[in-house]
Amino acid sequence: MTSDEVSAMTTQRTDLTVTVNGRPVPLTDVAAHTTALDWLRDQGLTGCKEGCAEGECGACSVLVARPGLDTPTEWTPLNACLMPAASLGGQEVVTAEGLGTPDRLHPVQREMAVRGGSQCGYCTPGFVCSMAAEYYRRGRCTGAPGPDGAGDMHEHGPNGFDLHALSGNLCRCTGYRPIRDAAYALGEPEDDDRLAARLDAPPPEPVPARVARAGAELVRPADLAEALRILAERPDATLVAGSTDWGVEVNLRGSRAALTVAVDRLPELRAFSVTDEWVEIGAALSLTEAERRLDGRVPLLAEMFPQFASRLIRNGATIGGNLGTGSPIGDTPPALLALDADVVLTSAEGERQVPVAEYFTGYRQSVRRADELIRAVRVPLPLARLTAFHKIAKRRFDDISSVAVGFALDVEDGVVRRARIGLGGVAATPIRARATEAALTGRPWREDVVRRAAEVMAGEGTPLDDHRASAAYRSAMLGQALLKLYAHDTSLEGVGA
Amino acid sequence: MSALSERPQNPLVGLAVPHESADLHVTGEALYTDDLVQRTKDVLHAHPVQAPHAHARIASLRTEPAYAVPGVVRVLTADDVPGVNDAGVKHDEPLFPTEVMFHGHAVCWVLADSIEAARLGAAAVQVGYEPLPSLVTVREAIEAGSFQGGQPHMARGDVERAFEESDHVFSGELEFAGQEHFYLETHASLALVDENGQVFVQSSTQHPSETQEIVAHVLGRHSHDVTVQCLRMGGGFGGKEMQPHGFAAIAALGATLTGRPVRLRLNRAQDMTMSGKRHGFHAEWRVGFDAHGLLQALDATLTSDGGWSLDLSEPVLARALCHVDNAYWIPNVRVNGRISKTNKTSQTAFRGFGGPQGMLVLEDVLGRCAPLLGIDADELRRRNLYTHGQTTPYGQVVGHPERLHAAWEQVHASSDFVARTEDVALFNRAHPHTKRGLAITPVKFGISFNLTAFNQAGALVHVYKDGSVLINHGGTEMGQGLHTKMLQVAATTLGVPLAKVRLAPTRTDKVPNTSATAASSGADLNGAAVKNACEQIRERLCQVAATRLGVSPGDVRFVDGQARAIASSSERVPWEEIVHDAYFQRVQLFAAGFYRTEGIHWDSSIFQGEPFKYFAYGAAAAEVEVDGFTGAYRLRRVDIVHDVGDSLSPLVDVGQIEGGFVQGAGWLTLEDLRWDESDGPGRGRLLTQAASTYKLPSLSEMPEEFNVALLQHAPEEGAVYGSKAVGEPPLMLAFSVREALRQAAAAFGPVGTSVDLASPATPEAVFWAVQQARGAAQGAPEHGHVVEGAPGVVPDQPAEGAPEYEPESERVQHELSTT
Repeated sequence: MTSDEVSAMTTQRTDLTVTVNGRPVPLTDVAAHTTALDWLRDQGLTGCKEGCAEGECGACSVLVARPGLDTPTEWTPLNACLMPAASLGGQEVVTAEGLGTPDRLHPVQREMAVRGGSQCGYCTPGFVCSMAAEYYRRGRCTGAPGPDGAGDMHEHGPNGFDLHALSGNLCRCTGYRPIRDAAYALGEPEDDDRLAARLDAPPPEPVPARVARAGAELVRPADLAEALRILAERPDATLVAGSTDWGVEVNLRGSRAALTVAVDRLPELRAFSVTDEWVEIGAALSLTEAERRLDGRVPLLAEMFPQFASRLIRNGATIGGNLGTGSPIGDTPPALLALDADVVLTSAEGERQVPVAEYFTGYRQSVRRADELIRAVRVPLPLARLTAFHKIAKRRFDDISSVAVGFALDVEDGVVRRARIGLGGVAATPIRARATEAALTGRPWREDVVRRAAEVMAGEGTPLDDHRASAAYRSAMLGQALLKLYAHDTSLEGVGA
Repeated sequence: MSALSERPQNPLVGLAVPHESADLHVTGEALYTDDLVQRTKDVLHAHPVQAPHAHARIASLRTEPAYAVPGVVRVLTADDVPGVNDAGVKHDEPLFPTEVMFHGHAVCWVLADSIEAARLGAAAVQVGYEPLPSLVTVREAIEAGSFQGGQPHMARGDVERAFEESDHVFSGELEFAGQEHFYLETHASLALVDENGQVFVQSSTQHPSETQEIVAHVLGRHSHDVTVQCLRMGGGFGGKEMQPHGFAAIAALGATLTGRPVRLRLNRAQDMTMSGKRHGFHAEWRVGFDAHGLLQALDATLTSDGGWSLDLSEPVLARALCHVDNAYWIPNVRVNGRISKTNKTSQTAFRGFGGPQGMLVLEDVLGRCAPLLGIDADELRRRNLYTHGQTTPYGQVVGHPERLHAAWEQVHASSDFVARTEDVALFNRAHPHTKRGLAITPVKFGISFNLTAFNQAGALVHVYKDGSVLINHGGTEMGQGLHTKMLQVAATTLGVPLAKVRLAPTRTDKVPNTSATAASSGADLNGAAVKNACEQIRERLCQVAATRLGVSPGDVRFVDGQARAIASSSERVPWEEIVHDAYFQRVQLFAAGFYRTEGIHWDSSIFQGEPFKYFAYGAAAAEVEVDGFTGAYRLRRVDIVHDVGDSLSPLVDVGQIEGGFVQGAGWLTLEDLRWDESDGPGRGRLLTQAASTYKLPSLSEMPEEFNVALLQHAPEEGAVYGSKAVGEPPLMLAFSVREALRQAAAAFGPVGTSVDLASPATPEAVFWAVQQARGAAQGAPEHGHVVEGAPGVVPDQPAEGAPEYEPESERVQHELSTT
């Protein structure tokens, strides 16, 4: 199928408009690989900065009006460097320039300015956008915890501000203390704040769209059927569901796919349901949305979410995308392996369900066929009693695992009845720690048993030496994870570091 | 009190005002070099062709295929250079190399209508490489005897005799990593040829005058043909002191050859793989203590990892030697330095400029030896602090040591150190899997450029007829608040409100021959120059006001925008009226200011002198908690007392202290530069060349409780309005974090355990330290333990015929003074 044929069989618009800082701007001169960051800067909005072009530093953070949970619309901060400009069609975007001006500073801007929250100023517009999103979170001031929970009091201000909101923004100058103070000094939006008022109206609908230039195109299908039709015809298509990996490939590795299909706003992929047998999480729900929908219902996932990259990434990245890229160091697979979750794959021919443990077949490879989409992930119920997620990384927020471990153990009457342990970062794919599970199952939950099992666990997988960690450390961390789980389960000693 | 340090009535210096650009920062309206591209027509974009070898000869270069890419306009090669093909001042950094010296070295540059076309054009260029043997680590260079530059030697007393007389002699080794600057704004230049044939370069540079010099010599033009402007930088930290020159020269060369503006902005991977970093070091040391733990002798050899060219490695090494004593009196000293030449980026200035590296060596020694001496680390450090009358190993009297002690005592008290040390011990007894550590460390840091000639600055101040004031000075703004302080200095000197004064961007056609904004000296030097210019104008206006008020000029004061006589009943005349009168009386309303730091001298051939105008002091107490399962840790609390003299701008200074501290903690604990040291095809490649692999501190690394106090009653006689430099010294307060981690790791073992801690002390490094303490170090990397007694580790001494140390810049000065 040629590009003309794709265009003939689909219903997307090419005359796209974006509402930027309240004004409609035609989305012209855009290629499939053009990022929202480059497009915004071309519009003269140079407050939006490139610091890393891979969603690590947040200097390009902007606010996008997205469907909300607490209010119909929520101002969602996203890394503009990771978003295809084409995905902005029909959407509403606010940048630092749109929040306020030097003569009329926004409350967030005022607090940042007077408290010394900026030094060189380069990261500042991005911080301002991330901070503004949390400023507008309905219920913040009345004590409703942020999506990452109220677990750690060091990470919530007296005004309810959740510091995780800034976990995806890096500053090299200030040491962060004045930025934290600015965040904690924010009051509530004024009654006449137009951005606060916007939250109560419905969000902009996703607009089916198509941009094509120089032999490369990006398509946003109208519905699942259309997406599957395109996939059936074009096995070379690159799927995008959140684009947090797409942006890195485009910006850092010069990837220029002939056809990119964006599925992250398809309504069929955004369902969330709970039955007696399972919890089903739509593949195109962002990690933030999934975290909030789950609301602690799956403690293992609740422990994982705040450690998954940063809030800025979680606002864009989806569960389906994290499985779809097939990275051996993704953070959801070890948790989903421990939960014995299934991947629901769908194609024009129908649906099938594959256990996560059988989903990955090799480095960045899976059983998913080119004509299939991940529609959802199903977590079976009931859940194991003892669960934990351990992530080993250099940095506590916004880092990539050198090792990640998901535990789900059923211990009854002091005996391990069932054990499932998922591992990331120790093989070409996420794996189950089968030998360790066997060493625990049917045995007493006791220190000597755990110590022997920990030795087994330290031999799981085939970890490598790389810039994140040595193989020796990775192996040691596997065994240590089990010892730590046992220590925390059997004593009151704090979680500590 | 000196005229320089004395403050007038109602000074605007000393007020806690926000950064002068804060409102522009927070609204995204502050412009940086690359933001100008959108405002410039017909811009060409530059993209490098980077070599995939650590060391190779360039056998062939075919640029024709690039021209086949639509949009490619020009490929720049060595043949295009009309002047000198060099990006530095030492003629060892060819702008277009014939020999690839490090992985990622730019061989040539492609200019195109879009960055996409330039990228594709660069990919199309065909380069033939003949790979050559490479040296990637400092150890490899030491073994191969691959050194560059002079080898300084600093000595006092008789170390051999002192070791014989010492009660304890320890020796060991330490190797520690460098640091990527990771300014959020990468290197950027935008060059054009203006309507007058002048080459105008907008550059993100800490050293516009040197950028101008390099652009001029590459183009074969005079300096007066080239103007460099720096609006502001999105961070510098030393990384934009030498490194911007070549990039600016490429842009300028492209602009002169094509007639179109050329933009060169590195993306993050290019910036990290092409630009220099903080030097990592290798150190061998031997140290002697008496029975009370007092230092008797230090013998050490420091080898810095200089990378492929000399760059600023010589002065960085000199500063490392000058700070190896940190805040401690060591009667007998012998320290040798040398710079290894490796196939890596050319390592360069980074906040502290070698000082942190020198100090890390001795702080590591004290941290490792304290348990072996049976003395608490904080007590060992306190006993060895400098006192009155003592001199540094290079012969400078340590001025105001009581301020060092005051900072120490104050932080000891405010951090509740004694009680919390007890709390930590109780906690550690109760928690087998989690341990805490609390450590206190001092800082003494010398202020001034080591090279005397650099300690000069200029300013240009205009007062317009309406009374508004415009100031220019030679310093650049990179977030450190220099411009904020300069506005406060000008308003204070003229006695006008801050709103009357505006500061124009730094450019070389306003103030020439400036020194780099570096060595923490920006405010000291430029502040004194701005003050000098303002004083000239004020003195002239005093004459005008004196006539108007009917008093003697000496009795006129300008305060809060009004002239009046000293008598409190005096009439007050608005500033604007005096300025107006002055114009009609034909009084000059503008002035050039100049300043040279008095009373400093330095001879590095004998490594003696008084290179520093004064020392900045500080002390920090840090508490950490370490998870024994993983080595992960949290920074629970930090208390700092730091000496900024009489602060010019407290909000700015506290920001420098906090930011410097966290950046130092990043260097010492988190930021992990990794190079491919294998013999594989990627040898020499920087493995951590992105924000996803090179981790700087995020909010989660900020101390949970962070208390910063400025040392009170510490005006500095020798600096503008009694202030002190602040940019670099606080970075070294972060040694407290590293030492707290060492103590927490040691707490997993028996009392008296000496723990070796790699630097950076990542969770993995801390885990191995914990394992070492537990006596179960299977699998731990070799890290070299402290050896007790003679001979131990004997530091390498200079080889026969090792080149003497006299940097190029100093050689020039010597020639001048002897002819």
